[in-house]
Amino acid sequence: MTFLRHTYWLLRKDLLLELRRKESLLTMFFFGALLLFVFHFSFELAPDRVVQMTPALLWLAFMFTGTLGLAQLFQPERDAGCLEALLLSPMDRGAFYFAKVCFTLILMVLVEIVVIPLFWILFNLESWTPVPLLFLVTLLGTVGFCVLGTLFAAVTLRARAKELLLPLVLFPLMIPVILATIRCMEDVLRTGELGDGAPWLRLLLGFDVIFLTAGILIFDRVLES
Amino acid sequence: MKPKKRKGYLGALAAAAIALGLYWGLVQAPPDALQGNVQRIMYLHIPSILTAYLSFFLVFVGSCLYLWKREKRDDILAYSAAEIGVLFTALTIVEGSIWGRPTWGVWWTWDARLTLTAILLLIFVGYLMLRTLLEDEQKAATAAAVLGIIGFLDIPLIHMSVYWWRTLHQPPSILRPDKAPWENVHPAMLTALAINFAAFLLLYFYLLSLRIRVGEMQEEIKARRLRGGA
Repeated sequence: MTFLRHTYWLLRKDLLLELRRKESLLTMFFFGALLLFVFHFSFELAPDRVVQMTPALLWLAFMFTGTLGLAQLFQPERDAGCLEALLLSPMDRGAFYFAKVCFTLILMVLVEIVVIPLFWILFNLESWTPVPLLFLVTLLGTVGFCVLGTLFAAVTLRARAKELLLPLVLFPLMIPVILATIRCMEDVLRTGELGDGAPWLRLLLGFDVIFLTAGILIFDRVLES
Repeated sequence: MKPKKRKGYLGALAAAAIALGLYWGLVQAPPDALQGNVQRIMYLHIPSILTAYLSFFLVFVGSCLYLWKREKRDDILAYSAAEIGVLFTALTIVEGSIWGRPTWGVWWTWDARLTLTAILLLIFVGYLMLRTLLEDEQKAATAAAVLGIIGFLDIPLIHMSVYWWRTLHQPPSILRPDKAPWENVHPAMLTALAINFAAFLLLYFYLLSLRIRVGEMQEEIKARRLRGGA
């Protein structure tokens, strides 16, 4: 229970900070929307091809906006020098990690809630029925992204050129999530339900569970040095 | 025996084994029934990827030990293994391309195993970059250990996802479930492969011991500087 209580307080702190400054959220919103325009001008998609490309384009947009958010994830702690203070407090470091995962997840989901409908409107997709299921699949993928992303945001925290290094390290490790999410989204868009996508969904769930556990276990060591 | 002398013997042994392996692969083994002489590159291709896998496993072991006990020696092992692993993986991809061009007609194709190998290379190139871009050594070692562990845990998942995604690479012809190796592969071919695998292992441990020695010497220099002796 202490673990969850610590998580709650840390998450509350991050959300309050974000609510006052709105830096990460606004940049991510704007960047996500901007990407949709860039995609439109880069691909000049015909209506029938839009459906084919939708999963890949959406997921690319989420990955890029997510990376943008991750780059500044530990900034508040660094700026005020309160990372040391947090580490001195007798809390479970796993809770610190878990709170950061939840925080990133909340930001990304908020962005997705805006970007997915915007995509549907801008690219004139006709049927809105697969959207809820699509959103659910995206959510699972986003969890995977946040779990590994938060860990490596902490790992690359003190590196030179950390904004460049983070995607370089993160993206190859994210390949199962990228493939699984896109395949599930394709399935949902084509058939309106998750038919063949079941093994992919299992892979996604497995990924989320394995790396969340590994993250909570390892995080202590990441911050120690 | 002194370590230096032992390493010298290991190197000489590796060189002799490679010479023998080349002779066996190029002269003794018959050309492949379908692919002809091009197939001979397999005698290098398979040992190099197996040594690369071994290397990444050592990265994982070294990383776990380092996070657990915080001993510099384990970090040096992980770092050295990662460097040599990257070398052997890159070598495997190049050899594969040279074989793929005449056989498949393309230098590269997005087949499951090729993609998997390329991802492996990318992960560990990221590992090396992480090490160079972190100035504080202890932090670099910790960060790299985390990547070494997560990367290794991710490999089975990447394997599954990439396999489900698509596959084209040759099914294994030596480790087949229905036949013993000596039943479907010419014995001279198997011998050539075995010799080359042994040769690559010797070469690998020779390189690894040299690289570990370099890491230890770097530590020694740093320690002496700290004491003000240099």
